Order: sequence, then C-alpha cells, then structure tokens
Amino acid sequence: MKKVYAKEEVCVGCKLCEVYCITSHSKYKDVLKAYKLDSTRPAPRIIIEEERPISFSLQCRHCDDAPCVKACITGAMQKDPETGVVTCDTDKCVGCWTCVLVCSFGAIVRDLNNKIASKCDLCAETGEPACVKNCPNEALVFTEGGI
Amino acid sequence: MDIVIIGNSAAMVGAVEAIRKHDKTSNITVISDEKYHVYSRPLISYYLADTVTEEKMAYRSKDFYQKNNVKTILGTKAVSVDENKKTVILENGDLVKYDKLLIATGGKPFIPPIDGLDKKNIQTFIKLDEAKKLKSSIKPNSKAVIVGGGLIGFKAAEGLHALGADVTIVELADRILSTILDNESASIVTKRLLKDGIKIKVGTTIDKIVGEDYVKEVHLKNGEVLPTDILIFAIGVTPNTDVVKGTSIKINRGILVDRNMKTNVDDVYAAGDVAEGFDMLLNSNRVVPIWPNAYIQGETAGLNMIGIENTTNGIFPMNSIGYKDTYIITAGIINPPDESYDVMVKADLDKNTYKKIVLKENNIVGFILINDVDRAGIYTGLIREKIDVTPFRNQLLKDDFGYINFPKDLRKSKMLGQEVR
Repeated sequence: MKKVYAKEEVCVGCKLCEVYCITSHSKYKDVLKAYKLDSTRPAPRIIIEEERPISFSLQCRHCDDAPCVKACITGAMQKDPETGVVTCDTDKCVGCWTCVLVCSFGAIVRDLNNKIASKCDLCAETGEPACVKNCPNEALVFTEGGI
Repeated sequence: MDIVIIGNSAAMVGAVEAIRKHDKTSNITVISDEKYHVYSRPLISYYLADTVTEEKMAYRSKDFYQKNNVKTILGTKAVSVDENKKTVILENGDLVKYDKLLIATGGKPFIPPIDGLDKKNIQTFIKLDEAKKLKSSIKPNSKAVIVGGGLIGFKAAEGLHALGADVTIVELADRILSTILDNESASIVTKRLLKDGIKIKVGTTIDKIVGEDYVKEVHLKNGEVLPTDILIFAIGVTPNTDVVKGTSIKINRGILVDRNMKTNVDDVYAAGDVAEGFDMLLNSNRVVPIWPNAYIQGETAGLNMIGIENTTNGIFPMNSIGYKDTYIITAGIINPPDESYDVMVKADLDKNTYKKIVLKENNIVGFILINDVDRAGIYTGLIREKIDVTPFRNQLLKDDFGYINFPKDLRKSKMLGQEVR
C-alpha cells in the first residue's frame, strides 16, 4: 500500500505538514478558519521530531500486523482489509490509550480535547495526504514500498 | 473441519479473524455461558460510570458472527471436555464434536473464604451482568467497599465514585496497583484518588462481613470497622480452568501452552486469561491476563489450528489505565527483583509526572509512565524487539525522546522500509 515517507535530509522543519494535517481534519478545510474558528480543532495526526540539524515528521505506518488494532479494547481501531489503512472509529474510542501503549512508532496522538486517539488516516476524505501535498521541499513522499 | 471455541471474548475474536483470513470453509462454533454479543470486558467500568452505553460495548459489529460464518451457542455453559472422543459437553447434556478445540474461558474472580459471604449486596466485577447488578444496587451516597486495589478494583472505584457512591478501597499490599506501580508512582495516583474523596486503606484486608440479610459492616484485619452497603471483591482473577478438570490437559496456574498456544493434548489449544503462555521477559510461562494478550494468543491459536505454523514471540504484562486526568502506562518488569537491573527515573512531583525505565544489560525490560505518557509505545517496541539501547541510553528519559534519538540506520529501517524488512 502507499504510505507517507519522510526524507530527513531535505526536511527544513517548517512544520507546515502539521498545519495542513490539522486543517485537513478540521471541519473547515481552510487554515485560517481551522485555527481561528474550530472549537473542536483536532490534534495533529503527525509527530514532528526535531533536533537541529535533523528534523522529520512521522505518522502512522499502517503496519501489516498492526499492534494497535489487536490491542484496542473497544474495537475502535480497525485495519481496512481492502486498502490497508488503519483508522480509529472515534465514536467507539474511549481514550484508554492502549494504542499509545503498543504503537512502537509513537504515532498515535492523544487528542485530549476530544478524548479520542488521533492518527493518520492518509486523508481518507480527500484521497491525498495533506502533509505531502503541502510540503514545500518534497521531504514527504506518498508511495508504495518504502524509499 | 469443525473448530470449536469455548469463550466469547478477545481471544475468540483473535482466533476467528485469523482463521477466516485463510479459511472460509471450516465450521466454527463459539460456546459461552454469557448470552451477549461479543463485548469489551474492560468497558464494564465505563458502562458503570455511564460513559459508555451497553450498545457501544460491542467489541465487533453486530454482523460479526454472520459475516465470519460462526455458529454460536450462547447462554449455555460448556461443562467438560472429552479429549479422547473429541467432544465438548454442555450443561444441558448436548455434545459438540470438534476436530480442533480452543479453550478461551478467561478468568474467574477470586473470593477468599471468610465469614459472612452469604449476605446480600456482595459481588465481584468482571462481567457485564455484574456491572448491571452493581449499577442497579448503587445509590448516591451508598457506602461501597472494594476489597482489592488492583486494576479491577481501581476501575470499579472510578465508576462507583462517578455514580456518587462513598468509596473505600482496601488493599493488602502497601500501595494500590501494586503489580504495575512502584511506591513513588502509586503515591501520585493515590493522592489523586484521595483528592476526590475516595478512601484507601492499605496493608490490611477484610476479616469478616457483618449484617442481617444485607451486608452492613466490614471488619478489617487491622481492627477497623467500615459501614458498608455494597461490598465488591476485586482481589484478582484466576484462570477459569473448570472445563478441563479431570482431563489429561495440563494445568499449572493456567492451562499450559507452547508457543503455538497448543496444550499437551493434540488438537486442543488455549488462549487468553485461562492460558499460561510464554512470557518473553521472564523467559518462562505465566498467566498474563490482559486484553491485548488475549487477542494475540487467540490469533496464534487460530492460525495453528488451521495448519498455519505461527509462534508468538511471547508476551509480557502491559497496561494503560487512568483515573480522570491521571494517566498511567506501564509495561514489563517495573520493580526489579535483584541488583542485576538498572533503573533510570525522572520525576516532577509538582506536575505529578513520573518516568521510570528498568534495564537489564543493554535492553529495556520495563517502564512506568505517569501523566507524561505520550509515545509510550516507543519503549514498548524497544522491549518487544529487544533493541540494544546502548547508543541512546542517556537520552531515554528526555521529555521528547523519539526516533530522532535512534541511530540513523535503526531509524531509517523502521521508518522508511517496513515492507522490505
């Protein structure tokens, strides 16, 4: 399946991926409105790691053998058998953070405002990951099979 | 082929989902004494506290059995197994034949033999029916006494407090959550419960129960007397091995299984809280009664039952639990048994954060995180994959510890090339 991969050599640490991740998952699909108006503004679904001169963003790897899906106590975390995308059904999620305990990438974010596990869904709604689309230096690529 | 699963919880789902990925035709029959569609046991405390409805407790969708072509015998208890005739015997006398059998009967709560157990309003708290019963008997200001301050007692306390009960936890050890916390971390959590008025008595336990029809008082071994309307036993669960009593299937604490989750008897497997499987940190078998473990063991059993060789790398204890705004994530060995372990700690008692990492030689073998729990799974992964942490050992306690602290080649192999690995 296609996944998002980070090239740390060319990441400039601008954090636009985070801005557009939030925007893409906000009910407004607009940066200004998402930040100014959205009272339930979602948590970013990517993690930015930075220790100059290195930086990169990291998001769910949609593991073949996803530990979060097996560990989820409510059945909220599911892997789509067709697309391979791992998503969290936020109606079922109770914020127990068992997924946070088992994800070895640390890629699941605790959205404490909404008390739900927040994670990359590869922008299922739009079909194209917003972080990749808006990365100014092509430090994020959306492709099959690793880079 | 006829596959029979005794049990209707996480291990069952792990097995069914694994089997149906590869085998659409074998017959699968699920037997359980509980009448419910598969539900999430850990959610019973959320149900008790009114934060999750019964409908939302469904662990898989309503068409789970149908979609996976599973026949169910629910509300009927399996009472014994005849491993020679390859038959399960039900309480109504019916026989169910199997080619492969998975025993996933879970745990049963332990109640100590003490005086006064015949009184009313005394119960345990591991099943939905028990949560329903508790919910119907509790009233605001009811005096609830919980014997046992482990995971179950802790969550029962949270639920009962949310319903307005006056809650007291009685714990024999010197602290609550003693199997997953050390003294320092337990003190942070204790402080949070006390702030809400939950009372905690440690270092003692129940001596006798006094009352007429209903429980009225609980007398503790330390001499204290607690007025009590509802008494909950949450001392612990033991593997529910009743169904294999009198068979040649080997039991130690739980049903002994190898790394394929097979018992000593051909075609009979066990998984979940009833099973005593391989613990990779102890390097020996033990019962690890936690939800994620049950799913994984069920999955392994399911694959092996249909002839697909699969071994677990072994499991180890791990828990994510909390009380309101206090979050606890722990895994592995958290109180080192001897001097051969190293311990790293960072605590900020003003912020109520605590981070402890336990190492054996060059590997992490356990951790406790209180409140500062983000990305805890990175440590879990380092334990599970036995990664040598020497190159970044001095960075493990950093607030924003992450993949950036890994050596570049380790980071890249994990982040960039999972498929090609």
